[in-house]
Amino acid sequence: MYPLIDTIYVQVISGSLVLLLAAHLGLKIWQALLRQRLLQRSLLERINRLLPQTQCGQCGYEGCLPYAREICRGDAINKCPPGGPETIVRLAALMHRPVEPLNPAHGQVKPFAVAVIREAECIGCTKCIQACPVDAIIGGPKLMHTVIEQECTGCDLCVEPCPVDCIDMISRAWGNPVIWLLPSSGVGVRQQLDTAV
Amino acid sequence: MSQSPHHKSFTARLRAHKIFGGIKPAVYKADALRSRVMPAPLPGNLVLPLLQHQGQPAMAVVEVGQAVLKYQVLAMGNGPLSVPVHAPTSGVITAIADSAVPGFGAQVQRCIHLQADGLDTAAELQPCLDYRALSHLQLLALIDAAGICGLGGAGFPTAEKLRVSIEQGVELLIINAAECEPYISADESLIRERADRVVSGAEILQSVCLAKRCVIAIEKDKADAIEALSTALQDSSIELLVLNSKFPTGGERQIIQAVTGFEVPRGLLPVDAGILVQNAGTAYAVHNAIVEGKPCISRITTLTGSPLQTPKNFEALIGTPVSFLFEMCGIDKSQHTGTIMGGSLMGIELDSDEVPLIKTTNCLLAKSTGEFPDPAPEQACIRCGYCADVCPARLLPQQLYAFSRSEDLDQLEEHGLADCIECGACAYVCPSHIPLVQYYRASKQAIAERDRQFQTSKQWQSRFQFHQYRLKKETTKALDKKLPGAEKTTANEPAQPFSRDQARDEIAAAVRRVAARHSNRTAPSSAKDKAKDKDRH
Repeated sequence: MYPLIDTIYVQVISGSLVLLLAAHLGLKIWQALLRQRLLQRSLLERINRLLPQTQCGQCGYEGCLPYAREICRGDAINKCPPGGPETIVRLAALMHRPVEPLNPAHGQVKPFAVAVIREAECIGCTKCIQACPVDAIIGGPKLMHTVIEQECTGCDLCVEPCPVDCIDMISRAWGNPVIWLLPSSGVGVRQQLDTAV
Repeated sequence: MSQSPHHKSFTARLRAHKIFGGIKPAVYKADALRSRVMPAPLPGNLVLPLLQHQGQPAMAVVEVGQAVLKYQVLAMGNGPLSVPVHAPTSGVITAIADSAVPGFGAQVQRCIHLQADGLDTAAELQPCLDYRALSHLQLLALIDAAGICGLGGAGFPTAEKLRVSIEQGVELLIINAAECEPYISADESLIRERADRVVSGAEILQSVCLAKRCVIAIEKDKADAIEALSTALQDSSIELLVLNSKFPTGGERQIIQAVTGFEVPRGLLPVDAGILVQNAGTAYAVHNAIVEGKPCISRITTLTGSPLQTPKNFEALIGTPVSFLFEMCGIDKSQHTGTIMGGSLMGIELDSDEVPLIKTTNCLLAKSTGEFPDPAPEQACIRCGYCADVCPARLLPQQLYAFSRSEDLDQLEEHGLADCIECGACAYVCPSHIPLVQYYRASKQAIAERDRQFQTSKQWQSRFQFHQYRLKKETTKALDKKLPGAEKTTANEPAQPFSRDQARDEIAAAVRRVAARHSNRTAPSSAKDKAKDKDRH
């Protein structure tokens, strides 16, 4: 005689199925929540991401992160010349504020340039080393200094303290040459922007 | 990954599978296939770019004015993603300077200019009589030294690809002879005439990458080449697989799908699934490098297009100017309106014909208005969805197009723009004549630029933070160094503002003290005092 299935087994099986389903749903919800949380980084971090990180201090604060903190507290968004109008537009969109023109009191938009020390004229006073916000200048007292080009943010801060004026800001191509343009920009099928050397 | 469960399944079902999407454009290969492969004449001047492959440019090891022999190394590989450059003929180096090059990267690059002396004096070669006597790593070193990169058009350094395959272990080697572009016939003509050498190259590649099986995959419309291959493969363990003709079967991921029925997942490489794909032209170059000892100094290139009187496949030296090759085919300059490097669907338009042929140039297509009329004006997307039907990467081209227009880079990444192989099937079927591939290329470039900028600013930020941390640490260190008593006094007493009067008083007091000491010294002093003085000194 085929044994009858005990009701308790039916209950256990169906119960475990329900539990499994609930666990699955819970996992999905947890993943979705996780995704949301990943998308919503803190406001400070998002502002800081939009700033160019040149650490030039033209905004009046020590660096980009301090300025981001002040923006969080309600400071104006148009104080960053290296970021230019693009940064202002992005900040305005993020902060739900109107787009303002760059405040000329903080400087003008300039092409990207890196500091280059005329090494023969350097007297080794270490003043530029102290001024550099990203430690991109190396050298010792009374020895020649030089700038690590890859690390230079082009902040200009080393130029002013130099007692013998041996630091030049030399413009560099910012990024790779643009080879493909969007057809809708109407500039032609293919155009190569000259790479300034 | 090499032990993934896919292996057992896919090696068991090697047959002609269907690929997803794709198109069947009209084929125009017959003109160039009418004649045999011809060696191109020696040009007067050759221009050899240091970067003809994907990766880092090679490092020039010759000087201006130096006389070089054919096959001599002109530039050495500089890192793993770099392949050397050899002299295609004997002559004198006239310059190492920036000049115009074809390809996807910067249009002006560092090149070695070689003036041929016409003698074609060759350096001594070291052919390998039996490659089986060498270990797979020795063969790999020889391939590395021969300057071979993927000759199908992508130009990835072959030795590096093989090295990764050895490391991860591959099960299947696919020799890609599909050549699905409507105008290109370089591999077809190569196989038709030199199938034995392609097979030999494939055997060498198989013994290098240690794959268990090797398949030569070819499209079924290439009857002569299939016949030649089946003759050459009679006593070989390599299999021949005839695929259905469809564009773009020749893409790396597409040919894997066509041969195994398995789609390499997004974000993984074919080697992760245990598959290595090499082009038939690359196999031929590997044969030349190992069996004959010849480095990669020439390649077979299709010259075609209606302005050419005699379209043909040339075996041309790397560095030959494109205009020179067109002259050899009898170009009708009145008809010629432009040049495409690569095929009509995936190729890129050249700015001028005064650029050299490079290792990845598989086709040079002379355009005429009859064959390639000016593109019809771009119209609005009507969301017909034909593009999604033909996209071999299973993307949604119309969505990507919309996001490209609005420059929404995050959404483009989300929709898998990185998986786009730029095959041009979507633009081919688009009834609104939208140049979709160009939108995608521009957007890919914008994404790369944004990522690069983000990386740079992150680096700057971390250096700034370290700078601030360092300053803080230095000030605390300086405070610690001070005497505990001195610190206490400075801590207890309120900091006194500096005042001129106070300073003057202090100076006056000091002067008085010194004067008092002097008066003591001038006065007659006892011997005891003198001794004290001595002690002090």
